[in-house]
Amino acid sequence: MELLVFLILFPALAALVFCILPNGRLRDTIVVLVSAIIIAVTLYLFVMFAGAGTVYFDIESGMISQIMTGLEIIISAGLLYLAAKYRQYLIAGLVVVQLGVVLYAESLIQETAALNNLFIDPFSIIMAMIIGIIGSLICVYSVGYMRDYHTHHADMPDKRRWFFALLFVFLAAMFGVVFSNNLFWLFFFWEVTTLCSFLLIGYNWGDEQTRKNAFWALLLNLVGGLGFACTFAWIGLTDPSGGLIMMDTLLAAGPAVAMIPAALIGFAGLTKAAQMPFSSWLVGAMIAPTPVSALLHSSTMVKAGVYVIVRFAPIYNVTMVGYLISLVGGVTFLLASGIAISQSNAKKVLAYSTIANLGLVVACAGIGSYAAVWAAILLIVFHAIAKSLLFLSVGTVEHKIGSRDIEDMTGLLGRMPKVAVMMIIGIAGMFLAPFGMLISKWAALVAFLDAPYGFILVLLLAFGSAVTVFFWTKWLGKLIEVAWKPEPLEVKISNHEYGALVPLTVLMVAVCIGFPLLSSYLVVPYVFGIYGMTATLGQANMIIMVMMVFMVLVMPLTLLHFRKDRKILPRYVGGRPATSDMHFKGSIGVQRPVALGNYYLANYFGEQRLSHIGNGVCIAFIALMLAGILLGVIA
Amino acid sequence: MITEIIFAVGFIILAPFIGALIGGMDRKVTARMQGRVGPPVLQPLYDVFKLFEKEKAVVRNEVNFYIFSYLIFVVFTGALFFSGSDILLVIFALTLAHAFLILGAYATTSPYSHIGAERELLQLMAVEPMLILAAAGFYMATGSFAVKDIALWPEPLFMTIPLLFVGIVFVLTIKLRKSPFDLATSHHAHQELVKGLTTEFAGPTLGMVEIAHLYETVFFLGLVWLFFASMPWVGLLVVIVVYFLEILIDNTTTRVRWQVMLRSAWLVALVAGAINLGVLALL
Repeated sequence: MELLVFLILFPALAALVFCILPNGRLRDTIVVLVSAIIIAVTLYLFVMFAGAGTVYFDIESGMISQIMTGLEIIISAGLLYLAAKYRQYLIAGLVVVQLGVVLYAESLIQETAALNNLFIDPFSIIMAMIIGIIGSLICVYSVGYMRDYHTHHADMPDKRRWFFALLFVFLAAMFGVVFSNNLFWLFFFWEVTTLCSFLLIGYNWGDEQTRKNAFWALLLNLVGGLGFACTFAWIGLTDPSGGLIMMDTLLAAGPAVAMIPAALIGFAGLTKAAQMPFSSWLVGAMIAPTPVSALLHSSTMVKAGVYVIVRFAPIYNVTMVGYLISLVGGVTFLLASGIAISQSNAKKVLAYSTIANLGLVVACAGIGSYAAVWAAILLIVFHAIAKSLLFLSVGTVEHKIGSRDIEDMTGLLGRMPKVAVMMIIGIAGMFLAPFGMLISKWAALVAFLDAPYGFILVLLLAFGSAVTVFFWTKWLGKLIEVAWKPEPLEVKISNHEYGALVPLTVLMVAVCIGFPLLSSYLVVPYVFGIYGMTATLGQANMIIMVMMVFMVLVMPLTLLHFRKDRKILPRYVGGRPATSDMHFKGSIGVQRPVALGNYYLANYFGEQRLSHIGNGVCIAFIALMLAGILLGVIA
Repeated sequence: MITEIIFAVGFIILAPFIGALIGGMDRKVTARMQGRVGPPVLQPLYDVFKLFEKEKAVVRNEVNFYIFSYLIFVVFTGALFFSGSDILLVIFALTLAHAFLILGAYATTSPYSHIGAERELLQLMAVEPMLILAAAGFYMATGSFAVKDIALWPEPLFMTIPLLFVGIVFVLTIKLRKSPFDLATSHHAHQELVKGLTTEFAGPTLGMVEIAHLYETVFFLGLVWLFFASMPWVGLLVVIVVYFLEILIDNTTTRVRWQVMLRSAWLVALVAGAINLGVLALL
């Protein structure tokens, strides 16, 4: 129990220290130290609890709940002040309504000696490792990145103290989310993540667009939060004894009792996981410094959204609500992948691919069968690692080449070989066989096929996965399109940045090779614990996967052979004389460089067009779901 | 296990010769359709041998790594298929192989190859949904993804998933690089001035691409055969008819724009997939 409390409190207390410490070596060292401690404790947690199944911890909730309520009121007051100052009346209204609902619900529920407020099970361990290891590595990376960031943006006020404090509060809140069994507690931490993301997105507060995006993220997440808060009102009205406030009791009560809260929490999860029509906040969030994007996309925030949906997956199994949630996820997967084709801004491509992959997780969780949950959890893991690696490498590249446009990354493999290789590994991890995501896609397909009406999701997945191949491969192609012997740019990348990039790359490869272990030690026990049966890849398929990983890893050795005794000839440039660095003789004798651009097909996969369609369709699904709940309440 | 390995090895050894024979007859029939005599039936094989005797010329050394990986993974794909493995993994391995081919074209950094690479990507995106939906159809019909189980199914699967068969035949045109969908690169000199995707590949490098194509042809015809696996000879007949149809289409159409290819391939996949899978799911 101490471990869980430590993981929640330690980053929060460290944040207090960072509020005080000035910029400098001391702070940088402490950030690294704190991150190292969090990683070590997370690993220790894994060792201690990996085989222990589900363990509940009794914590006297009286005092703590009061403190949380107090903090919630303070946070609401702060938000009200900001909302009033910037005339965000809608936000102000939402804050007031939400607080009202929560206080009203609390007055309904006589909190008996609520026990089992904290718990840990294999799924929590997986989430804790994602938060602890990947989140902490991103914090380490930020040390180097933010130093560069403020040299590049000299006119911006340097609020780095604030920045680091927020990062660690964020991690603390995420630990709280995955360890809470008491839904009131979970909701408190949930709202803290909303607040942290709002403040981090608004880091460059002086900029109007930044403020706008931050408020937009806040607004959409508050809508979700309101859905969550309504759960408490429902619990208070149906069961004043407060027993259902415990997640395990609620889940054990089954769909007959828990359908309405599961739908409400699922709705909250959809907003936080940036599913259509709420996806725009995550796209807008990339205005923040890159480590924030990495954190939001990989280990925190959106992962909290899918976490609760996967938690409630057993309730969704073979229900209308579950199927509608799946459809929202499936449509988001297809359309967000499509939008990614039309984007040349690397961070935007990553953002849409995150939205798409979360869609796949949501689609699996909505199906809620054992195979689907197995696939969903593996997807979460692979996506977290690959996406953090990609965001951080894009951040480093951006500082060196001064652009985050994929077209400007032409031939990056020549200019920044190390970072480019890491980026290539990250991209391969996102879509190529035999790497992680593909295993999950395989599992998702199997799960969909066994579900009633699953063939519609199979259609969405089939087209969506074709689209992902397109936009990732053309990005890969840009990276390896080396035309000339370039000057090296890989000087002066800080050790902090390498300190995060290298472990993440190693982790990516390790998870691809070692996923059978991950599956059998953590994912299978969790799924088996709920459903009494579980999905696996099957031994024959496992062997094939391992063979493919081995082949892909060995193949680069053939480069040694292919380097020998080849004759290098100039390229064909329509018969014009061309130099080896790809300049050709243009008209009136001028030497011109060859410029090669990728296809973006904006007329077909344009952002506006597809997001209009997606928002419309998904709003319809969600409206159907909410209408269903209302009918359920009335009936 | 032993039988599977024998099948895999058999494919690896025999497929290039079968592929070359098919290619040779293809060229013969094509020539007759155009009023020519045509080359000897074993010409594709002679072509490959000749390519390997040529000078090892490249624009960049790395290109060979990608192309070699392409060849290896195409062979792997076919071996997986003919040894009766999971058909989804077969499709994913094929996608990986094609990703390597496209990266090889990108790595040349040449304008014509670059355009070819983009078009090959479009072709990949056009074909992929149909392949996955066909695998889904096999699963819904037989309850298994294993090619072995699908091949041993007592009834011809064509009867349960006829629309998916039509869809596969449609995308076959794209995969075999036949007109009107030979956008990335064509076998015919009259289709393009420069060789698209393969512009910068010469000698042994081009030889590897050609061998990979032989393997791929055999694999795809195997996929067509799978729909009639319970009646092997009927299946063979269907494969011959389908291939003849491909040659006929190849010689009577002109190349279309990529929009037409992508739209038509997706539309076929959507209609075939939605109706056929939907009917299977609801029955």
